[in-house]
Amino acid sequence: MTDIASDLEGDIVAATRPRVRTPRESLASWLLASPLAVVLAIFLLVPLATIVVVSFWGYNEWSFFPDFTWENYEFHLTSAVTWRTYLKTLTYVGMTWVLTLSIGFTVAYFLAFFVRSLTWQIALFLLCTIPFWTSNIIRMISWIPFLGRNGLANSALIEIGLIDAPLEFLLFSDFAVVLAFVHLYTLFMVVPIFNSMMRIDRSLVEAARDAGASGWQILSNVIIPLSKPGIMIGSIFVVTLVMGDFITVRFMSGSQSASVGRIIQNEISLLQYPAAAASAVVLLLTVLIAITLMLRLVDIRKEL
Amino acid sequence: MGDRRGLTFWALAAFFALFVLFLYGPIITIGILSFQGERGGLTFHMNGWSTYWFVDLFREQAVGDIWGSFSRSLALGLIVMVVTVVVSVMAGLAFRRPFRGAGVLFYLTVASLIIPSLLISLGIGLMFNIASVDVHWLSSGLGAQLTWTLPFGLLIMFAVFNRFDKSYEEAARDLGASPWQTVRYVVLPIIAPSLIGVALFGFTLSYDEFARTLLTAGSYNTLPLEIFGMTTNVTTPVLYALGTLTTVFSFVVIGTALLVVWLSRRRQARHGSDAGDGLV
Repeated sequence: MTDIASDLEGDIVAATRPRVRTPRESLASWLLASPLAVVLAIFLLVPLATIVVVSFWGYNEWSFFPDFTWENYEFHLTSAVTWRTYLKTLTYVGMTWVLTLSIGFTVAYFLAFFVRSLTWQIALFLLCTIPFWTSNIIRMISWIPFLGRNGLANSALIEIGLIDAPLEFLLFSDFAVVLAFVHLYTLFMVVPIFNSMMRIDRSLVEAARDAGASGWQILSNVIIPLSKPGIMIGSIFVVTLVMGDFITVRFMSGSQSASVGRIIQNEISLLQYPAAAASAVVLLLTVLIAITLMLRLVDIRKEL
Repeated sequence: MGDRRGLTFWALAAFFALFVLFLYGPIITIGILSFQGERGGLTFHMNGWSTYWFVDLFREQAVGDIWGSFSRSLALGLIVMVVTVVVSVMAGLAFRRPFRGAGVLFYLTVASLIIPSLLISLGIGLMFNIASVDVHWLSSGLGAQLTWTLPFGLLIMFAVFNRFDKSYEEAARDLGASPWQTVRYVVLPIIAPSLIGVALFGFTLSYDEFARTLLTAGSYNTLPLEIFGMTTNVTTPVLYALGTLTTVFSFVVIGTALLVVWLSRRRQARHGSDAGDGLV
């Protein structure tokens, strides 16, 4: 996963550059790309189109049927619950983004600039990425013995006399939700930022030092600007993952907090598919707007 | 910066150590707690030590079907793995040359990665519903998981081919190899270790997938769905035992994959083959 991120742009540019191909070569490329195109058409494009179509359909208690109505959208967008929930979800996004970015950046910075041998770099990098390949559900469950009423955190705090009674807000609270998000998604920051940092020409750092820059100045004037592509890719991951989440919020808040994803999931469980579809379209647009804004902030083409 | 192991180094090293502890601490805790005594609860203190809860996993459960869902997850993971490797390598080869629609296909692949999983799940569920086809983990479930694993596979192939030294292929062509022979005897051996990485992503991401499988698995649950169901009605450490077991299983899979990569790289080096050098 290391070098994926920054390689992308070069590939798009290369792959879309107009150049005369022989028909035979084009055919070969198309045949090779077709399985991917077919899978994405059937399981991504058609489903998304289905959602958009169904969002205009009508429904009653037991079924949904073709129609053309704006009611689902009207209901979704005029409900105070929706707006409150979006605000809540954006709060989760903001807090998770700040925390994952600062932790992820620091970890990547250490790995890229302070660990000298490549073997150690790879070993420590793998240590950070291995949890990515294990189950998110289990990783959430594993916070219970830590945060619960009689959990390790409370026992330890009582033991050292900081508190008299167990803190109730540790598990099943917003605190737990954000903690779990940070636990699950910091990885998505570490990997692309580390990748960007590894591509920084070390002589630039040398030059900055020779010119008399302090450690902080090198960090803020050389390393951070050159790490921007990684920061942006990591941010897109974290923001979209948290925006669309329903399971972490449900589990870690003990079903007490809402998120946009949970609204959709509730509508699905009530079999109100057209309502769920309309909420899903609004969520999708919100995510797309967020990504566009982030791409505006950093011109990925210039940065690479 | 970093020239002397000064205060900054140690501060950052300490931060890194805390981060690793944060990553692994919770999972180690449930590892310990799954050895609770027979009367032990979900939190500390340990009420004696036993393997009771692991044994319990093999007994008939009041709710759910752990081993059935495990075998489904295993089968699905292996299928997803094979499809991901084959499709990603083919697409990776295609993207090495410009072709009409390359840009669109690339952005579609990226979109597949960042569109909220719940939407994919809902869309595929609706599509099957309208077509009056029952969702099943082998049809809709497989497709839903591929939308998650294929983008990772393709991105890894990009990284691989970006470092690929084309002169090896040109040499093969000059020696009269056909395009297929070039791929089969030159390209594939050189990129083989990276394919293990793609396979690892394909299997583990499928094996642990939750959100995209939720509405697409049908009446038979995969393991993550089963475990999530258990969280609402199981209040004994058997949940931890299951968590520990499936995490250990993941670690074994990851460890094996990394070991195979390491061994194949070493073998390439020892045999004086220049295969690995094709990646510059």
